[in-house]
Amino acid sequence: MSHRNNLGRLTLTLELLQIIKPSGECVEQMEPEISHDELKRLYKLMMLVRNLDTRSLQLQRQGRIGFYIGCLGQEAAQIGSAYALKPEDWIFPAYREVGAMLQRGIPLEDLMNQYFANAEDVQKGRQLMNLYGSKSVNYVTGSAPIATQLPHAVGAAFAAKLRGDKIVTLVYFGEGATSANDFHAGMNFAGVYKTPTIFFCQNNHYAISLPVERQTATQTIAVKAKAYGFEGQRVDGNDILAVYRTTKEAVDRARSNGGPTLIEAVTYRMGPHSSSDDPKRYRSNQELDEWQMRDPLVRFRKYLERKHIWSSTDEEKAQEDTNRQIDAAIAHAEKIPRPSIETLFTDVYAELPWHLQEEFQELKDEEVGR
Amino acid sequence: MSILTLVQAVNHTLRDEMRRNDNIIVLGEDVGVDGGVFRATEGLVQEFGPNRVVDTPLAESGIIGISIGMALYGLRPVPEIQFMDFIYPAFDQIQSELAKFRYRSGGQFVCPLVIRTPYGGGIRGSHYQSQSTEAFFVHTPGLKVVIPSTPYDAKGLLTSALRDLDPVLFLEPKKIYRTVRGEVPDEEYTVPIGKAKVVREGNDVVVFAYGAMLHVATEAAELAASAGISVEVVDLRTLLPFDIETIMASVQKTGRVIILHEACKTCGFGAEIAAQIAERSILRLKAPIIRVAGYDTPFPLVLEDKYMPNAKRVLRAIEKVYNF
Repeated sequence: MSHRNNLGRLTLTLELLQIIKPSGECVEQMEPEISHDELKRLYKLMMLVRNLDTRSLQLQRQGRIGFYIGCLGQEAAQIGSAYALKPEDWIFPAYREVGAMLQRGIPLEDLMNQYFANAEDVQKGRQLMNLYGSKSVNYVTGSAPIATQLPHAVGAAFAAKLRGDKIVTLVYFGEGATSANDFHAGMNFAGVYKTPTIFFCQNNHYAISLPVERQTATQTIAVKAKAYGFEGQRVDGNDILAVYRTTKEAVDRARSNGGPTLIEAVTYRMGPHSSSDDPKRYRSNQELDEWQMRDPLVRFRKYLERKHIWSSTDEEKAQEDTNRQIDAAIAHAEKIPRPSIETLFTDVYAELPWHLQEEFQELKDEEVGR
Repeated sequence: MSILTLVQAVNHTLRDEMRRNDNIIVLGEDVGVDGGVFRATEGLVQEFGPNRVVDTPLAESGIIGISIGMALYGLRPVPEIQFMDFIYPAFDQIQSELAKFRYRSGGQFVCPLVIRTPYGGGIRGSHYQSQSTEAFFVHTPGLKVVIPSTPYDAKGLLTSALRDLDPVLFLEPKKIYRTVRGEVPDEEYTVPIGKAKVVREGNDVVVFAYGAMLHVATEAAELAASAGISVEVVDLRTLLPFDIETIMASVQKTGRVIILHEACKTCGFGAEIAAQIAERSILRLKAPIIRVAGYDTPFPLVLEDKYMPNAKRVLRAIEKVYNF
């Protein structure tokens, strides 16, 4: 009997929460309470992220920025989840969460300075594009190793819990990260200490070239939470309202000492893994076409149009606004020179130790000798 | 003033600093009610409770990973890795995350924490309870690496580490956890990170050592003295950033250099010291620099006494450079 019960629970987690149907129709009893202005702002933000993504990849192709790692197709998953947080909550990103960054309030201009790795980049030109963070909005700077950020999110949540702060942490990762050892470490510690942590997995179906079926033998990612003693939920990641609702419920639960949740947002990486990747090598055009039918922007726009709060005039104007914003950010960032050579040596430690002073002097001498 | 063993000095320092700083959280495997397998955290959970002395699941990358998260949030975690030989699952967290946060975030995010771990051989622990792999971590910009050799320094250096602004790897020589006793002031004091100490003055040869090997160096210096060779012994105490001034002063004074460590020789920390001396002052040397080190084998069990440098081996090296 217990075996059957287990199967029953597994089947439950296969269900995918969807609020906006592909037609734009909405399951009204599930519709979250969000004002019309906010709905429109969220849509414009999705559009900004989409246009930024397209432009940034072009900038890379033109040799104006070094590298790009985008989020085409994952805008709803990122913006919907980040929108469910309070400003005092912390985000631990993977490396393609452009939507979460902009929703969080990181200015587009700052991000563009980072893309151009210029002297105004607060990270001083030290990280690849979108490996970005901002202390002022509790958005922790990311890294390229996979899943290392999961234990960090658990540790910060644990620290907050010990201090009695009512904050939650949300950590982004892909389905590929669920194979990495720190996924296990993070999930396990969170389960044991019941930390207020949201594990937000964007299952975008590919880890570079490896499809999700080859990444794991479980039917879903969400079911993995069972092994750690907490709930896993599955949501249509291309439906911003479903993502928001699912995340909000998990966040509220975590904030009231209900412990962690794993959310699997089922989405699709419509672009390449990075500017160095050619997805044609490992996936068919037909598959891409199918997912383009589920484009999160198209669906949300239809929803807004059915509500009569969005028109083709609004659409045109928003396209112009977002592109103008992006143009302005590029024009500024491209003019700024790169960081000074001193920044090669600062921030290794709080203070410059003797050997770095010596090496800095060597570099300065070399610069003079030129 | 109390007479303490090295492990007692560590224990008292943790207790004293935890009393002064509520942000300090000790965590690791068996650190709570068990007091740590070497008893370094004995009594802490009774005084500070399970929210400040946290037993963790058995996963080193998780221990260091959550410690990083806690430090980012503003606490000062002190994770214990039960044996340095078990630190490798956390290597990615230490190398890619802990040591890089300040730099990669442009100084926005920092994680000052102290990783404590017992290292080194001489306890018949075989391969997985004996290694001395400090060189991996000295090769990591962003970390500080500290190794005390006496109870006095254990307290002073650990106090400094617990107040440092950067992550510190605090390596405890387990062979001398209980065999070395010494006077330790009861009151608060620090020993600065980055400063070596001349523990014995001499004019003919200098031996640089740290951790358990410091005592082997001193023993060898005494043997040499009875043979009429005056040996200076320097306890490096901090390997990153090491104290180049004290090192070079002893090189200038003696012109003959031995570097002693139990870690295997190739690419060991001695190689760095030898290179620094050669780059700065090769013409001052009266003899080749000699490294006395563990052999380039995995750490053995039954032949551990042959693997570990002893005073006789050091003495032979001293005589060799003296008679060169």
